[in-house]
Amino acid sequence: MKQEQDAALVAAVAADPRYRALVARRARLGWWLSAVIFVAFVAYLLLIAFDKALLGAPIGDGVTSIGIPIGLGLILLAIALTGLYVAHANRHHDAQMAHILKDHRA
Amino acid sequence: MRAMIGLIALLPAPAFAAALEGEAQRQPTNWVAIAMFVAFVGLTLWITKVAAARTRTASDFYTAGGGITGFQNGLAMAGDYMSAASFLGISAQIFNDGYDGLIYSTGFLVGWPILLFLMAERLRNLGRYTFADVASYRFAQPPVRSFAAISTLLVVSFYLVAQMVGAGQLIKLLFGLPYALAVVMVGGLMMLYVLFGGMRATTWVQIIKAVLLLGGASFMALMVLAQCGFSLETLFARAVEVKTQAALADGASAAQAAEQGRSIMAPGNFIKDPVSAISFGLALMLGTAGLPHILMRFFTVPDAKEARKSVLWATGWIGYFYILTFIIGFGAIVLVGTDASYLDGEGALRGGGNMAAIHLAHAIGGNAFLGFISAVAFATILAVVAGLTLSAASAVSHDLYATVFKHGKASSADELRVSRLTTLALGALAVLLGLVFEKQNVAFMVSLAFALAASGNFPVLILSLLWGGCTTRGAAWGGTIGLLTAFILTLLSPAVWTTTFGLGVAPFPYSSAAIFSVPAGFIAIWLISRLDGSPRAAVDKAGYPAQRVRAETGIGAFAASDH
Repeated sequence: MKQEQDAALVAAVAADPRYRALVARRARLGWWLSAVIFVAFVAYLLLIAFDKALLGAPIGDGVTSIGIPIGLGLILLAIALTGLYVAHANRHHDAQMAHILKDHRA
Repeated sequence: MRAMIGLIALLPAPAFAAALEGEAQRQPTNWVAIAMFVAFVGLTLWITKVAAARTRTASDFYTAGGGITGFQNGLAMAGDYMSAASFLGISAQIFNDGYDGLIYSTGFLVGWPILLFLMAERLRNLGRYTFADVASYRFAQPPVRSFAAISTLLVVSFYLVAQMVGAGQLIKLLFGLPYALAVVMVGGLMMLYVLFGGMRATTWVQIIKAVLLLGGASFMALMVLAQCGFSLETLFARAVEVKTQAALADGASAAQAAEQGRSIMAPGNFIKDPVSAISFGLALMLGTAGLPHILMRFFTVPDAKEARKSVLWATGWIGYFYILTFIIGFGAIVLVGTDASYLDGEGALRGGGNMAAIHLAHAIGGNAFLGFISAVAFATILAVVAGLTLSAASAVSHDLYATVFKHGKASSADELRVSRLTTLALGALAVLLGLVFEKQNVAFMVSLAFALAASGNFPVLILSLLWGGCTTRGAAWGGTIGLLTAFILTLLSPAVWTTTFGLGVAPFPYSSAAIFSVPAGFIAIWLISRLDGSPRAAVDKAGYPAQRVRAETGIGAFAASDH
């Protein structure tokens, strides 16, 4: 019984243009953010492979090299992007999805 | 002793060899460490006892009833992922070469965001106990489940052997116990946790370990920074000075010494050729999103929202931990590298190359803190092996026994019994392999585990979740081709062919297979699915739209069943 209800709900939701738009938006966000972290990491590896001297160059007159803020920055970027996605999903996606599901369950 | 290399088994590249030539000498028995360790074991066994009383169904055993919160699960994931090897190995790498340690850290972290953006919520919405639930959702069960179970067993076995050998070496080193006794202890305790406490006990062991490790590492980093007036610039300047003086003492000219000192601020020998670099990076990044014991943790939370939050917490804690490790490594250069009492006659670290963080603990907080950090390192291994064993036991009982052999008709009690039998068998096997591989170089095994996960599990999950054209044959055979490619190329690579087996120049010149094996997995799945004209293929494709809606919305998702 529950399964039949679910199947009917699935079919109804699948046909809802609001659902399709939401899923497309969410997927786009996911792929974009994946691309950002992927490209940033590969760029970092290529920099290590091809220009070690650049990463080793000191910042200003100090000892700290350019590579250090870049490496630590990559760690912080990973955390920041994760936070961005979760904040966005909590604020927008969940409420919109709940709204769509509620319409079809009623 | 070469076997010391096993300790940093989580750090796969051959670049590590230089950092690891120190011997794993037995240390004098450290009673503070043993007392702290006994306290940890006592606490975790008590938790196991409490958890055992609440572990009655298969759902309790596999997913702690699904009632873990996102915050708890994030800590447990971090506890599953931060191994003693990454703590001791990365800080040792920084102690020796400086900057290179940071490259590993970033590689181990960048898979987590991808896991979140593409998979986490969908996994939770479709799965129940194992990632195979998701991978096989709309497919014929036996072929895809069998693939997933075999892949899980392979990934877990390699990872587990590396951990067991590392554990034996580490405990010998820290507690002055014989290797064999140490391996048997780790195996025995891990079996107790998993056998009686299932996922509930394993989760709490991981959470406690994560808190202890993060707390201990925070204290160390804080004390290091306090000595440098809370300035990273001062810390780095002092480290460069220490390395310069050391080079001068070795007879280098002033210019050479200055250059050697500065070299710790730049990438060194870690990456030799760009292909190996990208390949290794791919294995770490995509492998993280295919590790069965990590994926399994998504089913312990009640819904997709909590799954999402778990990844945010896990990423935050793991990233924070790697930043601490970086400071600890440089702190060790300054505080340990200049203190003759931590060095042997030739200026190497006493007790072996991986002792940098351990000696630093002593330099900062004396014997008591040394004991604390040693106990934390042991706790860390226990938490990791418990998580690994649980995921392998689930693959056998849930995927092979209940689904493939019993066609989904096994009772929860039968499934639970098979899980426990498998846990016993795996525990015994892990101890046995730990003993057999004592003197072997197992450093390649963790990188192999990551390459297998990236080339088999990851493509199968992504394409079954996101591509409607994927079929049973495509997933099962394509995934197998990805796995085999990763496996064979790793056998032919320098780390195995030359370093481990001593067969001369390796036929496959790169340090990681992933750059070839990951595309091989994706292309094989795509091609076989496209060529698949079987009646089953039509069913598979027809099932996609409904699967997609359930993955996106959570309709019909398995709910928490906490009592």
